[in-house]
Amino acid sequence: MYAQMIKSEASQEDPEALKAFQDRIDAGSKIEPKDWMPEGYRKTLIRQIGQHAHSEIVGQLPEGNWISRAPTLERKAILLAKVQDEAGHGLYLYCAAETLGVSRDQLTRDLLSGKMKYSSIFNYPTLTWADMGAVGWLVDGAAIMNQVPLQRTSYGPYARAMVRICKEESFHQRQGFDIMMKMANGTDAQRRMAQDALNRFWYPSLMMFGPSDKESVHSEQSMAWKIKMNTNDELRQKFVDQTAPQAEYLGLTVPDEHLKFNEESGHYDFSEPDWDEFFQVLKGNGPCNTERLAARNKAWDDGRWVREGLLAHAKKKRNAAIAAE
Amino acid sequence: MSSPESSPYNDTEAAEHGSPRKTEWPLWEIFIRGQHGLSHRHVGSLHAPDAEMAIKNARDVYTRRNEGVSIWAVEAAHIAASSPEEKGSLYEPSNDKVYRHPTFFDIPDEVGAM
Repeated sequence: MYAQMIKSEASQEDPEALKAFQDRIDAGSKIEPKDWMPEGYRKTLIRQIGQHAHSEIVGQLPEGNWISRAPTLERKAILLAKVQDEAGHGLYLYCAAETLGVSRDQLTRDLLSGKMKYSSIFNYPTLTWADMGAVGWLVDGAAIMNQVPLQRTSYGPYARAMVRICKEESFHQRQGFDIMMKMANGTDAQRRMAQDALNRFWYPSLMMFGPSDKESVHSEQSMAWKIKMNTNDELRQKFVDQTAPQAEYLGLTVPDEHLKFNEESGHYDFSEPDWDEFFQVLKGNGPCNTERLAARNKAWDDGRWVREGLLAHAKKKRNAAIAAE
Repeated sequence: MSSPESSPYNDTEAAEHGSPRKTEWPLWEIFIRGQHGLSHRHVGSLHAPDAEMAIKNARDVYTRRNEGVSIWAVEAAHIAASSPEEKGSLYEPSNDKVYRHPTFFDIPDEVGAM
């Protein structure tokens, strides 16, 4: 779900091969890297896993912003561990994408040039320490909604990456909620900060699931291939149903006057986020798009001498070993 | 893309900025042995310039929560793998050798556990 608006590709291959492939998926078999797969399946997965990986990496920036300003040494160590996890998640996913025949450096270049996207959520700023709570609680909470079912996705390496990620993700959400509890039960000023963070992150979190996919043919194909397991609306509803009572527990108010439990449906009714804003952010016009991409480009450029230096060192050592033989 | 062009370091092929790098760190497959006596198990892969860095990176990436006490790193290019097309010729011969499974043999109940 860190992957939004993934266009799936139509496939032009032999109908018989396509059918055999679909039958395997329907039977619950995993597709592995060396198996035959439709070009559309491969391309859609590269786009989806790549975007997910980029989101993990760019997602380090809004939280990294607070590592040096965490209120206590313990909070700082915890946040550092969480941000390090995100780097790991990005790496698992890049490796899964690489099994489909694209290199990590190629994916990185496509992120840096703006050709590939990352989740819209990371283009919002983290203005106060309470935002670290809101991000863990809401953003990671929303991500978990999507990632848990993806553990059963049809592509083996992707499913295995998801299993690892899900194991680590619940630490992220709980540490966020822990910060929110502390703030919500703190001084008036702290409670105001917590409420303000919820106000700012609520709708962007709902946007993470992407627009309603009722009419999208792309998501139909992806669902048949089991690389998308639920519709965007299903997941969004699930997220609201889970989160609304948690907000109540914290004594905070979700910034939606229409949010109400519907006895009949057994679910919460809620307002849609502003989809114009979502498309603007995707286009590059969110509050932090420029800053985020500039930070990733700077890191890549500044790290270049290290990457090349280590490679040169490895080659020198290898040559010395050969000469000694 | 703010940095000036750098000249290549010795023994590397630095690419023009923005164009594909001619040299990427090789891919390593990582195997970890946990503490409970099981054999090394494949956990994933990573990029590293050499074996030493591969093991250091594997420590950071794959053992952050006490997952293991021993790491193997194998350069992915050195792994030979069977291909899916060989599935038939490799695995079918064992299908008609059901006597290799202990359940093939009926042992009377009175004999006891065997």
